[in-house]
Amino acid sequence: MAPLASRKFKPLEFYSSPSIAYYLLPFRFHRLNDSREILVNEVGDYIVAPIDTARRIAAHDISPSESIYADLVANFFISEKPIPDLIDILATRYRTKKSFLDDFTSLHIFVITLRCDHTCHYCQVSRQSEDKHQYDMSRTDIDGFIDLMFKSPSRDVTVEFQGGEPLLVFDNIVYAVKRIEELNRADKRRVRFVVCTNLSNINLDILTFLKEHGILISTSYDGPEFIHNSNRTFSRGNSHATVLEKIGLCREILGNDMVSALMTASSLTLNYPVEIVDDYVAQGLPSIFLRQINPYGFAKKNRMKNAYTAEQFLEFYKTALQHIINLNLRGLFFLEEFATIILSKILTPFPIGFTDLQSPNGMINGAIVYNYDGFVYASDESRMLAEERDFTFQLGHVKSDSYQKIFYGAKAQHIAKYWANESLAGCSECGFQSYCGADPVRHYATQGDLAGYRPTSSFCITNMEIIRFLIELLTENRSIERVFRSWVNKTPL
Amino acid sequence: MKLHARGIASSISSLIVGEIAHTLTVANGKERILSVNDGYNSAAIGPAAIISSLPFEGLPQEFKLLPSVHSAGALDHLAEGDIVLIKPDGELHTLYRRQSDHNALFVTDRCNSNCLMCSQPPKDRDDIGFFLEINMRLLELIPKDIHILGITGGEPTLLGPRLYFMLRKIKDRLPDTEIHMLTNGRAFAWMNYAELVASVDNPRMVYAIPLYSDYYALHDYIVQAKDAFSQTTLGIHNLARLNQRIEIRIVLHKQVIPRLKQLANFIYRNMPFVDHVALMGLEYTGYTPHNDPLLWIDPYDYVEQLNDAVEFLALNGVNVSIYNLQLCLLPKHLWKYCRKSISDWKQIYIDECMQCDWREECGGLFMSSTRKHSSHIAPMKKQ
Repeated sequence: MAPLASRKFKPLEFYSSPSIAYYLLPFRFHRLNDSREILVNEVGDYIVAPIDTARRIAAHDISPSESIYADLVANFFISEKPIPDLIDILATRYRTKKSFLDDFTSLHIFVITLRCDHTCHYCQVSRQSEDKHQYDMSRTDIDGFIDLMFKSPSRDVTVEFQGGEPLLVFDNIVYAVKRIEELNRADKRRVRFVVCTNLSNINLDILTFLKEHGILISTSYDGPEFIHNSNRTFSRGNSHATVLEKIGLCREILGNDMVSALMTASSLTLNYPVEIVDDYVAQGLPSIFLRQINPYGFAKKNRMKNAYTAEQFLEFYKTALQHIINLNLRGLFFLEEFATIILSKILTPFPIGFTDLQSPNGMINGAIVYNYDGFVYASDESRMLAEERDFTFQLGHVKSDSYQKIFYGAKAQHIAKYWANESLAGCSECGFQSYCGADPVRHYATQGDLAGYRPTSSFCITNMEIIRFLIELLTENRSIERVFRSWVNKTPL
Repeated sequence: MKLHARGIASSISSLIVGEIAHTLTVANGKERILSVNDGYNSAAIGPAAIISSLPFEGLPQEFKLLPSVHSAGALDHLAEGDIVLIKPDGELHTLYRRQSDHNALFVTDRCNSNCLMCSQPPKDRDDIGFFLEINMRLLELIPKDIHILGITGGEPTLLGPRLYFMLRKIKDRLPDTEIHMLTNGRAFAWMNYAELVASVDNPRMVYAIPLYSDYYALHDYIVQAKDAFSQTTLGIHNLARLNQRIEIRIVLHKQVIPRLKQLANFIYRNMPFVDHVALMGLEYTGYTPHNDPLLWIDPYDYVEQLNDAVEFLALNGVNVSIYNLQLCLLPKHLWKYCRKSISDWKQIYIDECMQCDWREECGGLFMSSTRKHSSHIAPMKKQ
């Protein structure tokens, strides 16, 4: 690097060595519509280009004089050297995108009881009636699971109490929270607690405890009364009125940001996309997760009420999303969570924390399920299958199996063959691979095979179309792009 | 703003760096230069040197054997506490001004790039030892309460490993001062060098590094150095890996504007960890007038591209600022990104500014802008 000092400046051509003999870096592509296709590189950077661009790139037909040539070089699609000078940057970018793997299991789900006071027809977990105490997790097993949890290397740990209705065994939650906090005094991890509850049993005593321990609440709310109550049957009263009243109470005591609500779309729901969104907005909720039903548990048995096609769901989803976008364009900051997760994959260089849109899938890697009966499952859906007597994703038992065997044993290794879309047929060459995930449990449940078959996979059909739809909106309308970026960065415009 | 003076030297055999005093009654352990003009305090003790507008004959008898610069013209630009360099040839350079927020250590005239728009074109002479000695002495004198101190050149990394020692001295002497080092960052592509400099471990230091394009050839052309883009980009990543704070600087001119949005995208995608991105209006000095046909674009004509880049970065949570541009050229929603960035000693307002209600809020123009500035500068009224 010899010092320079001269007014004899050299022209641009001196510094560029563009060549039609460029080298290809790994990228994939997908046709968006009749005029445009998207090129996506290994770290999720994309270029939307006219149809035929991918073929022309591969055929070394892109001339250095075209403006897309600089875009392709700058965004790691082609390189003028066999190994680009900035290969280490690309490697860092890749590591960053996959950094959700760095800490291994951080979400530890305790199915603290399978009993419930609701009888929702779409229940995915096959709840049991309120009086059957054999469906509660025993204190010995709670201790055993907590020990397992502290073997996880993750410094950030989220403990999620699920059910059934976890507040039916509130004393066990108190026991678990206190024990974890006690053990963590030496271990010093960042621990967060979440209770997934229908709120019917919540009261001031419980709330005081939740507040003291900084525990978050996640509840189910399906929107307008006639939908919510049709989906969520509550023997002791009106579920809709109860949950709204209790959400208010929780916010008052815990604070707005400590309570979140989740919806599940039943067949009935699909007819009311706009009404559901408006209702969520009216209740002062900051976002909605338009969630497709999972084909497990009672959801599978009550087919009349819950069986809908991917296409039907997509129509619902798109209508609702358009409506949400319009609300945002008019100045409201209200986001759709599923879109936000996918958009984060498209628009940011960062990883996301949503199991089914990760590759490798977040099962075991990110989340683990401790069932009420002492068994450990690879994911929430895995234990739902187990209630149907299918133990494919059962990893072991807290009493008889070691941490090593549960997290790294033959079962886990077998599942691992199918949890990365990079190595799945139909995904490995997909243009949306970087924006999607892999879901071996769902494919096993719906198609009888962990790998699954993409052309008839509802997971594939739904995700592909939502991703395509989001990209289309994002690249055709600057105002929508701004809305999407505001969602991704959680900042109002 | 006057930063130089020249007089006739007497009894000066080597460089003197000292702090200006107008009266001197206490020896405070620092090298002090007594500025002797209309009156002086006869109780003065122990100045290192004397400077004066008076002729030699006019100096008090007891000062005549001291090193001095006399007949130096008006010296009223030098305030109590300023620090000056006296050279044996009678030149007086202001190194530090007590009343300014724009003080910097000038470390070399050399550079390993040769940017088309360089405002201070490099000179290829071996001056590193010369400036290092001055700066090390200057660092003994700068008061500890200085809020911010720049490091500039030329290219500071040409100091090589010696940069480490200077930075360590800065950290020891001025632990509470924000340190802003302007560097092209290329040398940090070598990890061992990045590690050495980062090992100073000064949490108040920011590396301000220019990046002009996402396309290597264009950046290399603008800085007139092959492989500069790769080196700078790798350097930025190496510094980030070492937890160093980084600011990206983009000078706005005709070569940069067409790919400005792509550059913003490149920065967000590949270096989202940067502390700050500064988009800077062109200073019409140095090489710029010479390269005017390659560089000049009226800022009024790139507002759209600037707006896109600023909003894109801000929306993605990147801390972004606009430097050197006048408020009247920009839509109001961009004003919140504007900083009064032009150093006080080279900042002016022009005739059009005199009727403007927003002059106080505006950073004004470069002194060099009198030669060329946007043709859309116009006074604005406050409602």
